[in-house]
Amino acid sequence: MPERELTFAQAVREALAEEMRRDSRVCIIGEDVAEAGTPFKVLSGLVEEFGAKRVVDTPISEAGFTGVAVGAAMTGLRPVVDIMFGDFITLTMDQMVNQAAKAHYMSGGHWKVPMVMRTTLGATRRSAAQHSQSLHAWFSHVPGLKVVLPSTPYDAKGLLKAAIRDENPVVFFEDKMMYKLKGPVPEDDYTIPLGVADVKRAGDDITLVATSSMVQVALGAAILLEKEGISAEVVDPRTTWPLDEKTLIESAKKTSRVIVLDEGYGRYGVTAELAAVIAEGAFYDLDAPVKRMGAMHVPIPFSPPLEDATVPTEQTVFDAARSMCKPA
Amino acid sequence: MTIATSKAEAGRDIGTEKDKWLRAYRQMVSIRLFEEQVNEVYTRALMPGLAHLYSGEEAVAVGICEALRVDDYITSTHRGHGHCLAKGASPDRMFAELLGKEAGYCRGKGGSMHIADPATGNLGANAIVGGSVGIATGAAFAAKTLGTDRVAACFFGEGALGQGSLYEVMNLAQLWKLPVIYVCENNQYNEYTHFQETTAGTILGRATAFGIEAARVDGQDVRSVNEVATRLISRARTGGGPAFLQCDTYRYSGHHVGDINREYYRSKQEEHLWKTDRDPILVLTKWLIDQSYADASALDRITSEVRTIMESAVKFAIAAPYPNVEEVEKHVYA
Repeated sequence: MPERELTFAQAVREALAEEMRRDSRVCIIGEDVAEAGTPFKVLSGLVEEFGAKRVVDTPISEAGFTGVAVGAAMTGLRPVVDIMFGDFITLTMDQMVNQAAKAHYMSGGHWKVPMVMRTTLGATRRSAAQHSQSLHAWFSHVPGLKVVLPSTPYDAKGLLKAAIRDENPVVFFEDKMMYKLKGPVPEDDYTIPLGVADVKRAGDDITLVATSSMVQVALGAAILLEKEGISAEVVDPRTTWPLDEKTLIESAKKTSRVIVLDEGYGRYGVTAELAAVIAEGAFYDLDAPVKRMGAMHVPIPFSPPLEDATVPTEQTVFDAARSMCKPA
Repeated sequence: MTIATSKAEAGRDIGTEKDKWLRAYRQMVSIRLFEEQVNEVYTRALMPGLAHLYSGEEAVAVGICEALRVDDYITSTHRGHGHCLAKGASPDRMFAELLGKEAGYCRGKGGSMHIADPATGNLGANAIVGGSVGIATGAAFAAKTLGTDRVAACFFGEGALGQGSLYEVMNLAQLWKLPVIYVCENNQYNEYTHFQETTAGTILGRATAFGIEAARVDGQDVRSVNEVATRLISRARTGGGPAFLQCDTYRYSGHHVGDINREYYRSKQEEHLWKTDRDPILVLTKWLIDQSYADASALDRITSEVRTIMESAVKFAIAAPYPNVEEVEKHVYA
């Protein structure tokens, strides 16, 4: 029997539905999550199955309903809040950074905050500067939070189920350009532990460490590189925290060349942290400095040719990798 | 359906009217003397960090918490010692927390501004002004969703009226008819600024704009606070929705212990008037004596007993060990 395929959006929805069937404490809170099923239609059908008490439409009040989710998580529910665009996490910062992330520690381990925030990242949707950012580095910087970046429908289902079962606040970033991407997704009840990287493609000459949207770009670049006789390994950390440092360092030691790809801003971002981890752990095995590729340090522009220039592409990754492996 | 409206009905025997108000007296004196000890310990440089005293506002915490059940929730503020004690925490573990000791409620990791205690429903003091309004509203959301009849009381100062998140959650609470009581302790000052300089319109108008049941009481009179709180909490518990209670009160000390020279923002005469004419412990003392519920010597005995408890709590905390340094990375994640 051929493997069942789902889109990324369907995989997210299936994970939510399975967890809501399994555990009556799981509920969804957010803007237009019920009948509308969000603008991306990721949640279509859930309110019909679980009702409006568990798929809760809110006013446009990101700080307010995120705060409600923090308190609800402390007192017996397992809320999954929906922040429509990742840019809007800025409105939730006090609730996530000062409240959710710290409640367990500040209380000496007494209170727990088992909640998930689902949100989006990714440019090139022509949505301009306030609907296109990839701000996962912000939360990755904060102790007490976990940050998940699925890159395939399979990972999306397994990681989201693990996030919902986690006893901590977890932020789950979905690449909105990936919602229609199809891939094999088992019907089984499976979880993927947070903090375990996945080698998406094995190779010997160069490691492309890539997150979320950049995994597909790296895999595309790897195919172009193969035609040049360059064998690229693609490693997907899957979570920026907890971080599977071991797998990144082992791959770097094996190939001796590394490019780190992430769609967040390059400055002070995820690429900087991953490159530092690799430099510290594999320095004497490297044949070249670790290269970082991320979003340009500009507000994401609206004009299509300008926007396209801000993010790494298969071609720019291919060019960078080839010049590292075959210096002119 | 069981509708419990006081600690007595939740299993704690407070007996007669007389016992109830003598108990309230003891609670208020406990807060006052706890804070006296904090001031003492702080000025002797035994307490690290910051100390924001609740003295003068005792009738608010006690009036509200005496109307709550032990399994009801509260959220508190940076000026939170009074709420914590009124909800039932024990002074020795509180002092241990204030000194950063392992025996503290949070193993010393929270300190004065973050005491939390699940056993008494204390979701935590909060050092972000208005920072706990979401948590309290969320606890009420969970209570309603899970079908318990718990209520959440959300304490905040009038300084939090400047924070937008308060209005976001008040809107949600009223839309969803959540069992949460927003308790605005108007102690007159946002840090070093009189609230009239920071607050347009009226305080109650903010609640009534959402259609939230709103009331204003003399926050120096514990019986008034308790009477209105009992009604609003009972209403919330039985599905009547949220309420907003403005309690007019006064902060006897500075914003924090180190705020000593205060004449640039308030006069000594004003402080004197509140401390003599409207002191919540004196107001209750007079009433208890007028009712012949107690005489001065009986009340002095209570005060003296409480003082002994507070002194031994401080001794306990000073002698208690600090947490092991290995503890620093524990409890980041559950």
